[in-house]
Amino acid sequence: MAVVFEKPKSLTDAPFHYCPGCPHGIIHRLVAEVMDELGIEGKAIGVAPVGCAVMAYDYFSCDMIEAPHGRAPAVATGIKRCRPDNVVFTYQGDGDLASIGMAETVHSAARNENITVIFVNNAIYGMTGGQMAPTSLPGQVTQTSPYGRDVNHCGWPIRVSEMLATLEGPEYVARVAVNNVKNVKNAKKAIKKAFENQIAGKGFSLVEVVSACPTNWGMTPKAALEWVESDMLPYYPIGVYKDRSAGEDK
Amino acid sequence: MKTTQILIAGFGGQGILFSGKFLAYKGLTEELQVSWLPSYGPEMRGGTANCNVILSDTPVGSPIITTPDVLIAMNLPSLEKYVNSVVSGGQIYVDSSLISAKVERDDVEVFYIPATQMAKDEGISSLANMIIVGHLLENNPELSFDGVAEVVEKLVPPKKAALKELNMKALSLGKDYKK
Amino acid sequence: MAERILMKGNEAIAEAAIRAGCRHYFGYPITPQTEIAAYMAKKMPKIGGVFLQAESEIASINMVYGAAAAGMRVMTSSSSPGISLKAEGLSYIAGSDVPALVVNVQRGGPGLGGIQPSQSDYFQATKGGGHGDYRMIVLAPASVQEMASLTIKGFDLADKYRMTSMILADGTIGQMMEPITFEDAEITTYEKPWALTGTECKRKHNVVNSLYLKPDELERKNFERYEKYAEIEKNEAMWEDYMMDDAEICVVAFGIASRVAKNAVAMARAEGIKVGLIRPITLWPFPNAAFEAADKAKAFISVELSMGQMIEDVKLATKCQKPVYLCNRTGGMIPSPDEILASIRNAMKGE
Repeated sequence: MAVVFEKPKSLTDAPFHYCPGCPHGIIHRLVAEVMDELGIEGKAIGVAPVGCAVMAYDYFSCDMIEAPHGRAPAVATGIKRCRPDNVVFTYQGDGDLASIGMAETVHSAARNENITVIFVNNAIYGMTGGQMAPTSLPGQVTQTSPYGRDVNHCGWPIRVSEMLATLEGPEYVARVAVNNVKNVKNAKKAIKKAFENQIAGKGFSLVEVVSACPTNWGMTPKAALEWVESDMLPYYPIGVYKDRSAGEDK
Repeated sequence: MKTTQILIAGFGGQGILFSGKFLAYKGLTEELQVSWLPSYGPEMRGGTANCNVILSDTPVGSPIITTPDVLIAMNLPSLEKYVNSVVSGGQIYVDSSLISAKVERDDVEVFYIPATQMAKDEGISSLANMIIVGHLLENNPELSFDGVAEVVEKLVPPKKAALKELNMKALSLGKDYKK
Repeated sequence: MAERILMKGNEAIAEAAIRAGCRHYFGYPITPQTEIAAYMAKKMPKIGGVFLQAESEIASINMVYGAAAAGMRVMTSSSSPGISLKAEGLSYIAGSDVPALVVNVQRGGPGLGGIQPSQSDYFQATKGGGHGDYRMIVLAPASVQEMASLTIKGFDLADKYRMTSMILADGTIGQMMEPITFEDAEITTYEKPWALTGTECKRKHNVVNSLYLKPDELERKNFERYEKYAEIEKNEAMWEDYMMDDAEICVVAFGIASRVAKNAVAMARAEGIKVGLIRPITLWPFPNAAFEAADKAKAFISVELSMGQMIEDVKLATKCQKPVYLCNRTGGMIPSPDEILASIRNAMKGE
């Protein structure tokens, strides 16, 4: 019988611990498919964050390390500078990358560190049970913004891709989403490019994946995906924000 | 067993640390045990600087000098601060172009050298420190002027080869200085 | 014999690290240890190594964590406030069992403190600093030569036991120059089958991790790690005895304090006082055996550049059976030989 669908080799057999309807599973799979297609599973070294994806080290079948909260780009820098022939990636959420780890994010981008960063933005702290994230939208209700995010009190959500694109350093910064089939397919293309850039030695490539958190948003999975479209994407528009080599490889 | 503790003090920029380094290397070439301890921090950028050099034929204990055998004072505050810490029978070298005060102790040997003025007159104005070092090597019974060329060779980087001759000139001026 | 050269303590650490096979240095500037970074910045590019100035101490220790996990001999250096920032990474490195060398050229604290020499990070180094049950091997050099030899030793112990070795120096030893010789040290290389190298699709993936959500697993991990620590306590304690044979008063001091104390011991001996010095070289493991051997001593004096931190270990090592006095300066001040001598005289009188 012809096999029409199977688990990517770059994923282990460990079952995901993610909540029902959580797009982390999709994003893991996209990263794994890209690793399979590029044939880099044996060369890849992944850096797991602190946050929902903390146990990503159990799910990817390449070598893995678990970083302190926010420090994944620094850990990845240490690895990549020692092992430039390996393919090093981080997988981080919004609290990890854009709050506690913002300095590491900005500086690894400024150095054009030759790593790939997968940044999952779901506008909330998931692992700790739904607190306000640096990317929570104005007015968004969370456990620590129970009356809605008041921008006069706690500031505005950060558009990481736009901000990083202002730097000379990074090679590639793009924002994608995984709320429908078309967006998922485009997300994979961006992720693949982010890995290809590293293999070609081009430098820091970050893909911001706008995702959803049905559990902590208090929505059904379907409603959550609709909220991505109606509320998240207007504030966080999909697009390529920086692509230094655009047009070169044609 | 003989140990010589030399305290050099003055303004940042007078080459305090360099002259200390020179004496430490001098000891090294004579197979002595040596230590060189600088003051460090913001004061290095224009304030006061000082440097502790110990030369000994036995291992150096504390590198911190509290009672120097020799004091080189390159400015008045340094002289005032350390003059009474010098051991009885010790030596004090004073840059008398910058310090008009006299040492009011009769249990120490004092050398007044107008080093800054001499350096200026000879067109080597940054090397007053080495004039005093030359005078010290000539006049301290525990030290010797012999072999200074080897130390200059070692200390002055090849990129600044021109400075070798000037350092030698300063050392000789100090050696030959007679009041 | 190798040539005697004059070097600053900080530079000696850097040169020794390179000789020990370290090719990766990640750091952030702070007085009084910046010479280490400067030396590495100059040398590493010329020998195919990596020097990288990180955006913070936090980033630099995590770069060390990554490089160590990748199987490299790697180091960072800092001074007291910077070590506080690195504490997070030190805990992760301990929890993940990867080897690293970390240098603390101490300055006065707490807070921003000062920049003059201090030994007030003794607790931080020997009792923790970061969170969780863990230890670091803590080496305390007292000369420029030891800055080098203990750096080489530190890398070896780190690899041997898969943990952090910390060089606990101070601003004086870091800044001073002394003659030093570099003998060709024999460098042991260790197999690192746990390292992140890429699986090449030939083995199960390696995971470097300190997260154990099941408490029984974490407990087992910690028990295992403490068995290793017990082994280290048994085998790796180092100290120097100075005039201890007939000593009735025992001065205890490490690092720069031990240098001043040696002068004071010599002065007291000249007065006919039977006094000796125990100089711990490893602060963890603390050299308890040295104190068991000091059975003639009637009293101990802990000489420290702190408000009295090592003194607690001296009391433990002597099982609180004999008086232990404190002779200390802090905040960047250093006791004079006379101050220590006065302490020795008082101890003789039982004061």
